[in-house]
Amino acid sequence: MAETASPRPTFVRPRWATAPVTAGAFLVLFWVGVALTVQWWPIDNPVAFVGTRLAPPSVTHWLGTDALGRDVVSRTLHGAQYSLPVALAVIVSAVAIGATLGAISGFLGGLADSAVMRLVDITLSFPAIMLAMAVTASLGPGLWHAAIAMIIVSWPNYARLMRAQVLAVKEREHVEAAVAAGASAPRTLIAHILPLCWSPILVNATMDFGQVVLLVASLSFIGLGASPPTPEWGQMISEGAQKFYQWWIAFGPGMAILSVALGFNFLGDGLRDILDPRTQ
Amino acid sequence: MQSPDAPLLEIRGLEVTFAAARGRLEAIRGVDLEARSGETLGLVGESGCGKSVTMLAVMGLLPPSVQIRGSIRFRGMELAGRPQKELAKLRGASIGMIFQDPMTALNPVLTIGAQIAEAIRIHDATVSARVAAGRAVDMLKLVTIPYPERRALQYPHELSGGMRQRAMIAMAMANEPELLIADEPTTALDVTVQAQIIELLRRLQATHRMGLVLISHDLGIVAGSADRVAIMYAGRIVERGAVEDIFDRPRHPYTRGLLASLPKIDGQATRLTAIEGSPPSLTARPSGCAFHPRCRHAVELCAAQEPALRDIAGIDVACHRAELVADSVAAPSATAELPSRPNATA
Repeated sequence: MAETASPRPTFVRPRWATAPVTAGAFLVLFWVGVALTVQWWPIDNPVAFVGTRLAPPSVTHWLGTDALGRDVVSRTLHGAQYSLPVALAVIVSAVAIGATLGAISGFLGGLADSAVMRLVDITLSFPAIMLAMAVTASLGPGLWHAAIAMIIVSWPNYARLMRAQVLAVKEREHVEAAVAAGASAPRTLIAHILPLCWSPILVNATMDFGQVVLLVASLSFIGLGASPPTPEWGQMISEGAQKFYQWWIAFGPGMAILSVALGFNFLGDGLRDILDPRTQ
Repeated sequence: MQSPDAPLLEIRGLEVTFAAARGRLEAIRGVDLEARSGETLGLVGESGCGKSVTMLAVMGLLPPSVQIRGSIRFRGMELAGRPQKELAKLRGASIGMIFQDPMTALNPVLTIGAQIAEAIRIHDATVSARVAAGRAVDMLKLVTIPYPERRALQYPHELSGGMRQRAMIAMAMANEPELLIADEPTTALDVTVQAQIIELLRRLQATHRMGLVLISHDLGIVAGSADRVAIMYAGRIVERGAVEDIFDRPRHPYTRGLLASLPKIDGQATRLTAIEGSPPSLTARPSGCAFHPRCRHAVELCAAQEPALRDIAGIDVACHRAELVADSVAAPSATAELPSRPNATA
């Protein structure tokens, strides 16, 4: 008799690769792909008046047209070219500033620590969106001004996270061993403490990515971010909100924001499961 | 140049005080120690007696809030009060240190070879990365790690405990220090591996003519490898001398107690004797001799006055009743009351 249970090579799914994480990864990949390649797609010009004004979804315009007769699908896809780079710039800058200050604060302690942490406390004592609005308003509306505002409201979280990590890692024996081997203070911090501090930062940054996309859209929605005719998602929703019966105008960018935020959150969850041994 | 017989490390009147919420804690209260080139000094005592703190003070690894008084001379150079920057040049170059737990004392995200190479390049920036990596492999060979080329590329978690401790030793030896401080180097290891590590340290010490300070609470290890021994209790040295003198004829009741608590391979099998009570805490140190509440020989004087170290027949002892202790028969009260073993009566 032929063997009934022949060992077939099977793909063993890693424990962390759950459905949400996989879905999140696909969503993120999709939007990153769109942002990188959308200008070569055979779709309508996002700022050209290509159809009848306020046309409902049809075969030629899958999500209809907006008040000026521009294709909503095209505008939504092009929106990725604004939201994602801005979010990336915000996250990278906030992590760079926050992690640096947090690491110095945790490593040196004393006066430096107090100074940085009080600055963090002050920043966090304002509601993030209010502070971002105030900063953008004082700089003047604009996508990159909004980005600066968001860097200002998001670095303190990374400073706190990094400080906590450094405080925990610097008590480990291998750090003392490095000092005993003659390592200088900067070397101890950079080579022996920081490499063990990154995982929560990375997880948080990924999760924050979705938040920042949302925040950019919020600022644009209230007219502080991108200005017309930029196909920015918040800006588009703002235009759509004035046309109550033409739901499709806000639907495209709304779904885009939803899927990007969801994608990054799911991905962040997965990263945490991979990087944090306690959750396994 | 210093005279050749001057000690490599000379500690005089060392006092270490920690600032605590409830006043000051005196961890070390006047320690005098010497370590010489080509000689092993065993530093023995129970947990919390100040063995490690003494050596951390030498390395300048105590936090800045800790107050250090007294003199620590390395090759005649005063280390106490020297700025961290200058101490960092000595650490790992002239004075190496091995830590207790090789599990935690190695950087988990760097390969063994990279860590040894780093130890070399910290102190000599002219060594290229390639040369340092080669020397790291040589160091692994020196500490008898098999397949050193392959091990150099592995991470600490890929090695066994004994292997990791060898790697630690390789790191500490990378710059051929004149003084090696081993802080309980075998405590975290299996007994069979312990013997190998001690043998390795002895061999390295002999071939490199290093001074070795071996901190341990294991008298067996110290007896087998040290030339001189210092016994610490509650932040002071209570007995100090050549290893054979101390093990043959201990004069301090504490040393006697420690020795009586060890099983002997020769001699008759008696029940092991424990030292009653536990070491005093830093916050509640007894008056007079810190050991007197646990001491069978204690008299009124012991509770009133702290005994100073004095020379009795070549051994330094801090005990008012040292002469009497040395002459008394080994642990009389403890063994006399115990029932004899069944097979001895049969």
